[in-house]
Amino acid sequence: MTRHITSRLMTGLVIAFSFLAVLALFLILGNLILKGASSIDWNFFTKSPVPSGQTGGGVANAIVGTALIIGLAALIGVPIGVGAGMYLAEYGSGRLGWIIRFVADVLNGTPSIVVGIVGWTFIVRPTKHFSALAGAVALALLMIPMLARTTEEMVRLVPNSLREAALALGYPRWRTSLKIVARTALGGIVTGCLVGIARIAGETAPLLFTALGNLNLTTNVNQPMQTLSLQIYIYATGPYEDWHRLAWASALVLMGLVLIISLIARWVTRARYGSVR
Amino acid sequence: MTSLPIEPVPAPRRSTETRWPSLISTNRSDRVYRTILTAVALGLPVMILIILGVLFTGALPALRRYGPSFAWTSTWDPVAEVYGAAPMIFGTLASSLLALLIAVPLALSVAIFLTEFSPRWLRQPVAFVVELLAAIPSVVYGTWGIFVLIPFLRVHVVPLLKPLLGWTPFFQGVFYGNSLLAGGVILAIMIVPYIAAVSREVLLAVPSSQREAALAMGATRWEAVRSAVLPYGRAGLIGAVILGLGRALGETMAVTMVIGNRHDISVSVLQPAYTMAAAIANEFSEATTGMYLSALFEVGLILFVLTVAVNAIARILIWRVGRGAAVASKAL
Repeated sequence: MTRHITSRLMTGLVIAFSFLAVLALFLILGNLILKGASSIDWNFFTKSPVPSGQTGGGVANAIVGTALIIGLAALIGVPIGVGAGMYLAEYGSGRLGWIIRFVADVLNGTPSIVVGIVGWTFIVRPTKHFSALAGAVALALLMIPMLARTTEEMVRLVPNSLREAALALGYPRWRTSLKIVARTALGGIVTGCLVGIARIAGETAPLLFTALGNLNLTTNVNQPMQTLSLQIYIYATGPYEDWHRLAWASALVLMGLVLIISLIARWVTRARYGSVR
Repeated sequence: MTSLPIEPVPAPRRSTETRWPSLISTNRSDRVYRTILTAVALGLPVMILIILGVLFTGALPALRRYGPSFAWTSTWDPVAEVYGAAPMIFGTLASSLLALLIAVPLALSVAIFLTEFSPRWLRQPVAFVVELLAAIPSVVYGTWGIFVLIPFLRVHVVPLLKPLLGWTPFFQGVFYGNSLLAGGVILAIMIVPYIAAVSREVLLAVPSSQREAALAMGATRWEAVRSAVLPYGRAGLIGAVILGLGRALGETMAVTMVIGNRHDISVSVLQPAYTMAAAIANEFSEATTGMYLSALFEVGLILFVLTVAVNAIARILIWRVGRGAAVASKAL
């Protein structure tokens, strides 16, 4: 009898703990909406910040900066990451493939701040000024190992019969790989890219001493640039009540951005793979 | 391709290919394609070497000047040019272990719930919510930590813990808010989704015959989990936990925002602390002298080597049981 009670108790405990873990998300999202939504208006999206201590102002500079830096990072990171993933899926059965897969997994856990140091060393130090480009390079480096692994997983889902059919029809291997295999897995690859973008969109640490932040709106990637994440960090740790309000609002916008990208990513796979997951 | 029950037909010899000019030309473009992909993929090992090289070169002056004592002395004085990283190393390890202490039961519960106990219709939504938890940016966690978690800890948790555990060295002193405890709790929330996701994969890879056998022997549901499922996936579960540890060690923003950033060693979780990542985040752009910068590079080097080692161990453990290391397709 005690065995059954223990079983019940442990099942209850497991459910309670799971509930607690899930609760965290709702607490965070709830607070974001509660404390951030009231500060979001038209000015918030169209104005740049006002000098510290004054009220009003928005985060237009940060929104533009986030879009530019992410776009640039994706431009650098996506081809390399997807290419590496194609290699792993198509030719990665040998020892070299094992090594590269292992390195990608290990790099996936690299502290982002360390990657920031690399961006600083290669771009900020030689040019002697902080720049959005350095930040974008750091973010691209963060993206590559992740994209490599997700691309590989997605390409793996393509049935071998498709490859064999294409080869039997006389397609060369590279065309089979690009036109048949990659084309079939395209939805999955796009999903992987979007998830990667969603992840780097919220990154702050590697931008601290690369993109640095900028109170004014700029589109020059050779200059310091603001991003939403940097803005939140400065506002949340600052002393003013008004800054805290803006921090919550910016956090809500950033979270919304990340959520939208993640949901699109999910939707893309759904549409293509149906019930594969 | 899959192994055939009979001996496969031997592949045509190379010499026959010369009779087919078209085949050779496609072979050449195939070779080009393969070379390009290989070159791109080699970027990853090159990347890890570059990171290591950059950190090592940058840290060289500090390594030469302070030697190994850098890791166990506690003075951090940029004016006098004396650097010892012991408090940061201690803070990094302490906050991560505290995070594991809180996160492991939660994350394993989520994984067990999802694979063993959950009704079918609840699996997708719970898995999705946990996945979303991983998507929240670190700086948002930090903001939430400053304005929600710390006040909550101050008002509800610490007054409860103090009378219970106040006599231990771990709960000494006055709680002001920014502390090892706040850092540990925020880290715990952040690593739960990683540990849960990998653990779930591991548990899914446990063959259902294991469960069925235990149940058929008369085990209760929990006994089946504890005596059949968990032992089968043990290596993978340990890997998942170590993976979470790796995340916690390198996490920067959220910790920097709530841990207090005090360069001091205190075993009390109520006191402020410092981590290696936080030190780099706070001080890198204001490091004026070469030696200051070099000391921070060395902190980065220690952090990088530590996380790479931890992640490597985790991966090897997970690969042994998980489905992550599926064999590559051989059709091409």
